[in-house]
Amino acid sequence: MANLKNVTKKTKAQAMGMHSEVLTGRTQQKFFNPDEAENFYYFGTYDVDFNKRTDLDVKDMTAADANKEIDNLMSQGYGTIVIKNPQGKHSIGVGILNKLNLIFEGSLGYFGIGSCDGPIVRINGRVGWSCAENLMAGKVVIEKNAGSCFGAAIRGGDLICKGSVGARTGIDMKGGTIIIGGDAGAFTGFMMQRGRIIILGNVGINLGDSMYDGTIFVGGEIGSYGSDAVDAELTKSDQDWLKRKLKVAEIGENFDVSKMKKIVAGKKLWNYDNLEPTEKKGAI
Amino acid sequence: MVKKKNKKKITKSVTVKDQQLGKKKETAREKMIGQSIGYRYDVNLLPDYSKITPFLKKYIDAMGWDDLNWLEDVHMGYEEGRPAVFCRNANGWVTIPKSIKLPNNQQDRDMIARELLVKFQMSPKHPLVDLKKAYLKF
Repeated sequence: MANLKNVTKKTKAQAMGMHSEVLTGRTQQKFFNPDEAENFYYFGTYDVDFNKRTDLDVKDMTAADANKEIDNLMSQGYGTIVIKNPQGKHSIGVGILNKLNLIFEGSLGYFGIGSCDGPIVRINGRVGWSCAENLMAGKVVIEKNAGSCFGAAIRGGDLICKGSVGARTGIDMKGGTIIIGGDAGAFTGFMMQRGRIIILGNVGINLGDSMYDGTIFVGGEIGSYGSDAVDAELTKSDQDWLKRKLKVAEIGENFDVSKMKKIVAGKKLWNYDNLEPTEKKGAI
Repeated sequence: MVKKKNKKKITKSVTVKDQQLGKKKETAREKMIGQSIGYRYDVNLLPDYSKITPFLKKYIDAMGWDDLNWLEDVHMGYEEGRPAVFCRNANGWVTIPKSIKLPNNQQDRDMIARELLVKFQMSPKHPLVDLKKAYLKF
């Protein structure tokens, strides 16, 4: 039998005591410090200037290399980066947690602009599946059409497609706003929990299926309602917000928002009460 | 002859306390499982931009956005009966100090919540800063 030595090499996290803390309770108790200094950026992000502009040709780069180069340019203070020849690359422009003006001159493949928090992105072309997945904050504008799962699980920010989108747009979204200038496919707003979807055109079958919360506004025809998606009254506050948001989205400024349909959750699927076994009481 | 007594209709008066967010009486089921069912505040409430604070205006300008962006989804809620705002990055409620006087209407409260949340998230004392130092790969 091999004489295995007990390796006790500590990771950086262990050295910082992160594995020895006692975790009790369901939530952390943190307090604001109201005298906190005025700071608008996350700790450790780059100080960039929107007026400092550069081009990046990614024709002969892999997606990973292109993403690293975008990071490198941000570290040099470039606040506006124009990406040339994206040529439908997958997973490009991802993980940007910085303020940035990013412009793609062309189309993207799958999972573009994923897990971003803050940038303003403009894509002068089309995008494939799952564009802007898990967007936390920022604004993403697609000038043409988008594929399925557009804005899957987004938490915040504005995601705009001036053309039409595929199926399952805004699936599992937990915040933010998705705005579609054209039509949307089946299962739009599937399992959405929070946030808002605006569709100026028509939408396919099973709209808002199994939605927990959130709001969907539709300007055109609805193929069919999904389970627990119900109509609601369009209020004056909704109309004012829609007008303002469409202006931000640079589409449908003259659209008659008063004729839009508002769809919300019927809340009949809130069955967690029945699903939660009493035995779990001690564990919670 | 028996006189008919005028029966007074007994109506339960709903106190202001019952209507306040976070102080709603818990259902028997919620008490049993020790967990609330559904949101404790209106997650769909749209912001009133006339109530925006100078700090938030500066934040929007600094980021180059046109409006409150992700902060539209931030509202002041309650945690264990105390006003608090949920920090998605720390995955926990951040309690508002007692020293801060809160206005009566939800729109003004939401703006304060947004401002405090930005200050909290951008602070070098935010819990994620330590995590970033420990786990950042590149």
